[in-house]
Amino acid sequence: MDTNIPVPVKKRPNGLIKGLGTFFKDIYKIHLFILRFFKEAFLPPFEFKEVVRQCYEVGVRSFTLISVTGFIVGFIFTKQSRPSLSTFGANSWLPSLVSIAIMRALAPLVTALIASGKVGSSIGAELGSMRVTEQIDAMEVSGTNPFKYLVCTRVLATTLTIPILATYTAFIGLLGGYLNISLNEGISYTAFVQQFFSPLVFLDFTASLIKSIVFGFTIGIVGCYQGYYSDKGTEGVGKAANGAVVTAMFLVFIEEVIIVQITGNFR
Amino acid sequence: MEKTKVNIDYNNKVISLRGLEKSFEDYTVLRGIDLDLYQGENLVVLGRSGSGKSVLIKLISGLLRPDKGTVEVLGNDVLALNDRQLRELRIRIGFSFQNSALYDSMTVRKNLEFPLVRNRKGITRKEINTAVDTVLEAVGLSQTINQMPAELSGGQRKRIGIARTLILNPEIMLYDEPTAGLDPITCIEINDLINEVQQNYKTSSIIITHDLTCAKMTGDRISMLIEGQFQRTGTFEEVFDTDDARIKPFFDYNFIA
Repeated sequence: MDTNIPVPVKKRPNGLIKGLGTFFKDIYKIHLFILRFFKEAFLPPFEFKEVVRQCYEVGVRSFTLISVTGFIVGFIFTKQSRPSLSTFGANSWLPSLVSIAIMRALAPLVTALIASGKVGSSIGAELGSMRVTEQIDAMEVSGTNPFKYLVCTRVLATTLTIPILATYTAFIGLLGGYLNISLNEGISYTAFVQQFFSPLVFLDFTASLIKSIVFGFTIGIVGCYQGYYSDKGTEGVGKAANGAVVTAMFLVFIEEVIIVQITGNFR
Repeated sequence: MEKTKVNIDYNNKVISLRGLEKSFEDYTVLRGIDLDLYQGENLVVLGRSGSGKSVLIKLISGLLRPDKGTVEVLGNDVLALNDRQLRELRIRIGFSFQNSALYDSMTVRKNLEFPLVRNRKGITRKEINTAVDTVLEAVGLSQTINQMPAELSGGQRKRIGIARTLILNPEIMLYDEPTAGLDPITCIEINDLINEVQQNYKTSSIIITHDLTCAKMTGDRISMLIEGQFQRTGTFEEVFDTDDARIKPFFDYNFIA
């Protein structure tokens, strides 16, 4: 073979421009993906059975981990807060401090982070693998709308289930906190519960619920987006799972900051 | 097994492609494809890997959109259909995927029920069971009804994939590499099944393959896709009766049963 033939070099955009182009293209695609969700999720035919099945899957997948994590968070937070309050002789405020921390921030946040890891990665990998093995195409050619069946059901399931799991985490965190306090201060459960709820106002519950709904939606939509548009090949499945976790966790923290700022204005 | 003669209605085109072009970024796959599929006919599209064969049937089923040209299927301009109309048309087209694309999380029964339940509103449980039993019998795999796809062999997966498309009684079948990755005996069984489907379900089919045994056994007409265009079309003997250096090696390096 003659190696002296000059190879035509195609002029390609440099890395930064290409990177920016990909970034804005992705933003546009995510935007369309979310719009499509709202367009299709609330129009018949509804996939009630699949939504219920997915809710069960989301709940079951995260239940054990959330139980353990919620309990540990409540227990450790109480333990770590005690010395600071003791300095001011304010040990009696411990239940109130725990309640504010758990209800306003820890329960929704911990639940969302656990669910990002467990549920988000699982959704990303599942849809990614379905894309790679042409199962999504198979659904499409058999007259089924795969977006409605796979994406809408999963996003609705996470949006509905994460708030329930966050409420459960708060309850388990409360138990963890109570155990620590009862071991150290010997307070009764009734007194603890009274003090736990006394500083809480309606806004705390509402804000926590709104946060959990937003987190649930984010985890679902990010997991589905990553999986639904994953690259061909097994590498694409890994990337989808990883992308689902990392992006969802990042967005959860950003949303936490934004929602705290907004709800802070109503206090 | 020699192919049995079937009745082909040459006055009735079920698929008509004109001037079809498709590129992926800088790579042009199809360069002006014209193709007609007649009622009752098995058309085999032969070509090397990466020649755009699979892209062609994805364009027909609306999974991809062409850059140029027209796609007419069962009298419908595929490119002009909205989502709902496209879904309705797809019910009339069976698509057998190269890797079968069975739903991993469902048993064989659920895989077969899935398109039926979703596309036949008001269908009873008894009708579903009958339809499932009928297609499983047609592909000779009644015993696998409660198995998971992972428990099936490659040939069984292909058959179940075909059964899943047959359950909706399609008018057109699109087979993407039906014998790829199978042993020679199973290949012949799949070829026989394709012919049985043509005869019993009165389907018109496009069979994408690079397996000449499959082409010879199943094709009423063969088109050779090279460099994004059909270079030769005709019967098996007509296509390979040539000294064209792009076509002859295809025949020479294949084992013909």
